Amino acid sequence: MNWLSRLLHDPRRAPIFLIAYTVAASVLMYIFALNFETWFFVLLLTSLLFLHLGNANRWLKLGLAALVIAVVIPLTGQENGALLNVSIMICINIALALGLNVVVGFAGLLDLGYVAFFATGAYVYSIFASPQAPRFLPHLFENLPMGLPGDYFWLFLPVAVFAAAGAGIALGLPVLRLRGDYLAIVTLGFGEIVRILANNLDKPLNITNGPQGITPIAKPALFGISLGKPVHFYFIGLVLMLIAITLIRRVENSRIGRAWAAMREDDVAARAMGVPLVKMKLMAFATGAAFAGAMGMVFAVKQTFINPESFTFMESIAILAMVILGGLGSIPGAIIGAVTVTVLRMQVLTELANWLTQFHLPPALNLAKYQPLIFGLILIIMMRYRRHGLLPARRHFVDIDALTADSPEPAPTAPARGA
Amino acid sequence: MAEFVHLLPQVTIDGLLLGFVYAMVAIGYTMVYGVLEFINFAHSEIFMVGAFIGAELFLILKKAGILSGMPHILVLVLGLLAAMLITGLLGVLIEKVAYRPLRGAPRLVPLIAAIGVSFFLQDFMRAVATTIHGNFVTGVPELFNRQMVPLPGGLTMSVKAVLLIVSALIMMAALTLFVQRSRSGKAMRAVAQDMTTAGLMGINTDQIITLTFFVGAAMGGAAGTLFAVQYTAVDPYIGFILGIKAFTAAVFGGIGKLPGAVLGGVLLGIFESYGSAFMSLATKGAMGAEYKDVLAFALLILILIFKPSGLLGQDVSDKA
Repeated sequence: MNWLSRLLHDPRRAPIFLIAYTVAASVLMYIFALNFETWFFVLLLTSLLFLHLGNANRWLKLGLAALVIAVVIPLTGQENGALLNVSIMICINIALALGLNVVVGFAGLLDLGYVAFFATGAYVYSIFASPQAPRFLPHLFENLPMGLPGDYFWLFLPVAVFAAAGAGIALGLPVLRLRGDYLAIVTLGFGEIVRILANNLDKPLNITNGPQGITPIAKPALFGISLGKPVHFYFIGLVLMLIAITLIRRVENSRIGRAWAAMREDDVAARAMGVPLVKMKLMAFATGAAFAGAMGMVFAVKQTFINPESFTFMESIAILAMVILGGLGSIPGAIIGAVTVTVLRMQVLTELANWLTQFHLPPALNLAKYQPLIFGLILIIMMRYRRHGLLPARRHFVDIDALTADSPEPAPTAPARGA
Repeated sequence: MAEFVHLLPQVTIDGLLLGFVYAMVAIGYTMVYGVLEFINFAHSEIFMVGAFIGAELFLILKKAGILSGMPHILVLVLGLLAAMLITGLLGVLIEKVAYRPLRGAPRLVPLIAAIGVSFFLQDFMRAVATTIHGNFVTGVPELFNRQMVPLPGGLTMSVKAVLLIVSALIMMAALTLFVQRSRSGKAMRAVAQDMTTAGLMGINTDQIITLTFFVGAAMGGAAGTLFAVQYTAVDPYIGFILGIKAFTAAVFGGIGKLPGAVLGGVLLGIFESYGSAFMSLATKGAMGAEYKDVLAFALLILILIFKPSGLLGQDVSDKA
């Protein structure tokens, strides 16, 4: 792999390689769209990875990435709906992984109930934009037997974000004093409580419709134009995901991001330096939850059906596996992790399972069912052999010895600037 | 209210049975936590594996046609011994493979590995059970032929239930003796108090940690077999919620304290049983047993907020 890394770092050859690879990959992706779905995603993943690592003009890289994401995927999606479905899930999962990465990676708070916030967002919209709300609020919804129309999707986005963030703060408040591992168990319990509530709040008042779930959920619409096709969901998810990436990139090295890092490394020292721990922890929970809330809505309209089965502990662990695989605290890592795990779950395992059926293996060996086993192995192996993930977070180190050695006077050598 | 009083004996027995299972599992959490200050997330799955081993042994005996001929108490003891031995070794193996290489790493690292182990074991057992039986829910042969024991006050209790409580008590007493009286138990307590100093005093700390995992896992495995005998069906997912509750019990009693784990387990079992019975009566059946997990988790959160040291523990808020 050495030649590849040299090629990607060479400022003259890298841009040519990137253009050639991305264009070739795009063409192949279009050709593969119908038959070789796994290869489609391998090409997608590699081209994005090379674009991330390659040494070339920023705008060139962004343009090439835009070509793949905004042109090739929607075009191929017209041919093969399943591909588009996986792509929407990728967008959703990237935002989820980024959100969890804020809580676990930046702030160092292990949250095992993250899917609860996703569920909050999904349920907040689904209850009101479906025949569910008219069922338990018949007076308010007298003229709306199908619930609110899809135009309310946009209004509900901030509502879902705030509801999820509120849930994040509600979870954060009681557990603030707890150390990492206790916190993990409590968040796990919280996630289960949310799922159990969703499962059982069909009586005495039917709010969530219990295990039967809620359907049909109104598809989003803008000024009366329905945005109900998978391509529309893809672009909604994509835009929200890009907003998430931008926000998190901005926050990472901001005052808040640095406070989180300080808190993660040593909370006593951070407090001594004046980091308000309570505020920062709550902020991490709320930020992480907010992304999940927004994406919960996208998930709900994509599925047009939700029930508690979509929000199990397994889902929380799947999102955790994405973050761990990519690298705790690393934004590109979370993205790559989300793409890999999603494609693995939705594409590779199913295809492998289909391929294996020709050998007439017993149904117990159906690979598609082995997701928990694979997530478990990912977690164990990553922790043992590559704790910082596939694309580790770049830390900014300051070499204090070098600084003091270069300066003419011994330390302390930092006069107050502007004095 | 009269209805509630009428239900009381049955609810108490149900709660006690569950409570002793929690207590046995909680011992494993609390022992490992006492030594390493680490939540062995995979312990719930060790319990589940123990339940499967007991169940499979009974099934094999039944298939061989000797189950009905043997005294059932002997069958139970055999099941317990097999489950304890295998789960004990499994606990040691997990520690060697997944936790030992991570010692000294930031706290979250072994915890995440433990979650991985837990998922791996769960799915692995699902695959094994599905391969053997075609279905991951495994029925357990009925032991003791539904015999009942009369209790004072005109009540009755099944033999299985009595034996569950008796065997749990025997094992917990044996464990207490081991930890308090034996040389290894003394070493274990020393390591729990201060690992570095214990090492300096010539205690092989690695060996003691291995022993801790073996004993803790064996108790969990025994609890699994008792669970299988009592509830006559096992599946790979019985450990998950039960594990969180057993952990709650360990925290409730004061984590790191063996008597605390037992007390916390029994109290949690009774609390849960009363809570769901009372809720169901108070809401006229609209809300009931389905909320018992919510009650237990809510209790966990409340304990951690107001008394994180638990009933019998010292204040560990510095550590916490």
